[in-house]
Parts: sequence; structure tokens; C-alpha cells
Amino acid sequence: MDKQEVFERVVKILTPYVKNQEALAQVTLETHILDDLKVNSARLVDVVLEFEDAFDVEIADEDVDAVETVGNAVDLIRSKQG
Amino acid sequence: MSERVVVTGLGVIAPNGNGVRDFDLALRKGQSGIRENADMIESGFASQVAGVPQGVDALAESYFEEDMLLAMNMSHRYASLAAVDAWKDAGFAVPQADDDRIDWDTGAILGTGIGGMDTSAERVVPFTNAKKVRRLGSTAVEQVMASGISARVSGILALGNQVTTNSSACSTGAEAIAMGAERIRNGHAKRMLCGGAEAASHYIWAGFDAMRVLCRSMNDTPERASRPMSASAGGFVAGSGAGVVMLESLESASERGATIHAEIAGHNVNCGGHRQGGSMTAPNPNGVRRCIGGALAAAGLGPSDVGAINGHLTATGADPKEIGSWAAALSAKPGTLPPITSTKSMIGHGLGAAGAMESIACILMLEGGYVHPSINCEDVHPEIEPHADSIPHTLLEKPDLEVVLKAGFGFGDVNVCLAFRKWSGDVSRV
Repeated sequence: MDKQEVFERVVKILTPYVKNQEALAQVTLETHILDDLKVNSARLVDVVLEFEDAFDVEIADEDVDAVETVGNAVDLIRSKQG
Repeated sequence: MSERVVVTGLGVIAPNGNGVRDFDLALRKGQSGIRENADMIESGFASQVAGVPQGVDALAESYFEEDMLLAMNMSHRYASLAAVDAWKDAGFAVPQADDDRIDWDTGAILGTGIGGMDTSAERVVPFTNAKKVRRLGSTAVEQVMASGISARVSGILALGNQVTTNSSACSTGAEAIAMGAERIRNGHAKRMLCGGAEAASHYIWAGFDAMRVLCRSMNDTPERASRPMSASAGGFVAGSGAGVVMLESLESASERGATIHAEIAGHNVNCGGHRQGGSMTAPNPNGVRRCIGGALAAAGLGPSDVGAINGHLTATGADPKEIGSWAAALSAKPGTLPPITSTKSMIGHGLGAAGAMESIACILMLEGGYVHPSINCEDVHPEIEPHADSIPHTLLEKPDLEVVLKAGFGFGDVNVCLAFRKWSGDVSRV
């Protein structure tokens, strides 16, 4: 799966949790998930479960700690896809 | 000084109607909301009928954001819909999520009898047993914690006063109203959203089916299954839903120019102590009589002031004893008991939501000048027969209706009685 496709699917999964719709409209790989999109940090565990289901990967809790931007999430998913 | 407490907002999600307008119409028509229940049939229940509000998910999707809905089980949905309706009915706008202002003067006491057992049964237990705890995600706790519904509502409406959940089995919903009224009377809050919610879930109802207290003889005719005061009553019908009222100090309501639906003239709560005939599952009749008498005294009313009674009346063997207690508490000889009706005849027994949905029925009756029919008791129970003339089988127009008593009795031998008075517009009465 190419990077653009993963990016688009990640954004789609994040969308229901996004509180800042303006930031979502201009989302890039550099967009910060908590600071820019204002996703409630408690809900990140739900987002990760949806990543796992959507991309058929397993994501360890320690991997999640390093994810800050949308690009971090895309890279992590692609690395797990092998 | 003790504040007078009035009702300035109503919200209801009930098996026979969502929203006060539809609920009012259904009550007047004597329309049953009891239907066949597929989950109970599938799970081999002896009782296979229940009262379940219809169309709630679509309604919730029109009220709440997608991410919030992901963390809202059924009792959250019922409670939040009813609370938002009561809030709007009281003349307030629902705040935007990014609006940082808080209403420090309004709180919530929203109760539940059983809580988020649907989430426990459908997610927490199976995921945990399958060693997949991680798959529960972030939303399990807020849906199973007892205070989940009041917590949810406080977030939607930015409430800043006391926010809590009470639980006293089948008296929960009415008890919440009594507790909120007390808080306002004591000057601790201007407004309290009060009531209760109970999910529709066969997991909640299973234990009642095992106790053989649910009606099992009318599975083929659901609308006839809930039969309070009837000789052929065979147990209660499982129910669900939510009722929420906005209670407000008269001073605050007058200042705002709010529309007043009714006054909480007085209330009383007590426990029969599981003695003198009372037990975990049966009310001590002396406790019931004291509770009713105490509510009247608190309201400064006498038995002759009572225009109608909305009983607890579930359609179990406790109905004749309850009628006896009403007659004793009001010193009413046969033929003189005020009209007595059971909302449960139409919606079943909503457990922790029952007292709240039924309190809304009382307020609608006061506003509309009627007593709703108590259906399915054409064959009045022989022990109730002396008071049969007090049971309205069809809509009873009563334009002069001034006071309605609502009582609720719960497992644990706990009792609550609320005295609702028609709003007279007289702010000087004490």
C-alpha cells in the first residue's frame, strides 16, 4: 500500500475523533494529532485498534508512545506492513 | 429560607413515545409500548415481551457527535436524549463543545437501577475471558461506571453544580427528583436535572425472569401483558427508557421568566427496614404508609387535597397490598380513594427509569387536566375490587386536577413519594 493511500485511510479513521475541523481540512503528514487536530488523548487507544483492524497489523503500546503526527502514524503502519 | 421548587423542563424517552408530546398523546390514548422481544426469545426467557423505546439510535445520531456516540451505550443514549430535551424545554441552548463557559448553578442527579450491564455483558466479560482486554478500547469504564449517565450529561451541557448518580432499585428515578428538590430547597443549586435511565437489555432482565416475577403468560399478546391491579396479573413486564425533569428554584424560574410545568409541593423518602412484613423484595406496609404520609405533611396537604395517584403498581402480587397502603395512608374508605392509575400498564416497569418516566406522566396529567387510563385491568383483582371505582379504564378528563401523588418502591424495601402540584401562578403561597 503506497504512502498516500495509508495517509488517506489514517485521516479517515481519525476524522470522527477530530475536534478542530479547520486543522482537518488542511491536514498533512506534519499535522500533530493531539495539538492540531485536538483528538482527546484517551481516545488514541481506540484509534490504534482501528489502525490494527484496517491495516491488518499489530501495534505495540510502546510504538504508540512515539506517534505524535499523522506522518508518524503512517510511517509506523507502513513499517508494520513490512 | 427554604426555596420553593418548580419544574421548568421535561424530557422523556419511553416505550410508547419519545418526547413529551408523543408520550402525552400515548398516555391519553392508553397506548401500550410493550412488544415481543427477540433477545428474550433467543435466550429462552419465560417472559418474552418488553417495553423498549423505538428509534432511539437514529434520534441519538441526530443529537450527538460521532465520537461521543462511540462511547454511549443504551442508558447513556436514553439519559442524554431526555436530558437535552429537558434542558431545551427549560429554555436553554445546548452549548458548543468548544465553548468554555460552565453553568455553576445547575447540577444533575440521574439515577439507574442496574447501570451499564449491557456493556459489561456484551464487551467487558467476553473480551476479558478471551484474554483480549486491550480490545476494550478507552470507552468501557465510562459506560459501566455507575455514574456514567450523569457524567455524560454534565459534559454535554457543561454543568458545574453537583453531578451524581443515585441508585435505589425501582424507586431510583423518583428518588433522584426528591434529592434534587432537596438540594434546591437548601439553596445549594438553582437548577437540577433529575431523573433516571435504564437500558433495554435481556442481561438486565435475566435475573428477574429467574425470580419468576416477569409476566410469562401473555407472550402472544404483548400489549395485554402489563396488567397492574388485574386479577390475571402475572408479574411485571420488563421496561426501559429515561425521564429527566429540570427542577428549579421558584426564584430562579421567575427571574428568567421560565415556563413552569408544575411545583414539587413536597416529597419523602424512607426505608421499611426489611421488618414488619418488609424484605429485600417486598415493602414493609408501615414504611409505605409513613412515606406517603410524610410527603403529604411536607407538602402541607391533607388526604382530601389529593386529586389523583400514580402508583408504583407493577402487576405483581404486591398490587393489592399497595392499594391497601394508599387507602390507609389517605384514610380512604372504598369509593373515596382518588383516581389511581399505573403508567406501567402501558410502558412496563422501567426499573431505575420508572419513577422518572412516571413523574413526567404526573406532570403532563396536571398540565392537561386528565388522569391517564390504567389499561389491562378490566378484571380488577378481587382484593382491589372495593376500590374498583377509583381505577380509570379510559381517559378521565379532570380539569380541576390540582395535586398528583407519585410513589415508587424498590428492592431493599426503599420508598419514595412525590407530591406534584399544578402551577397556580401564585408566587406568594408558602
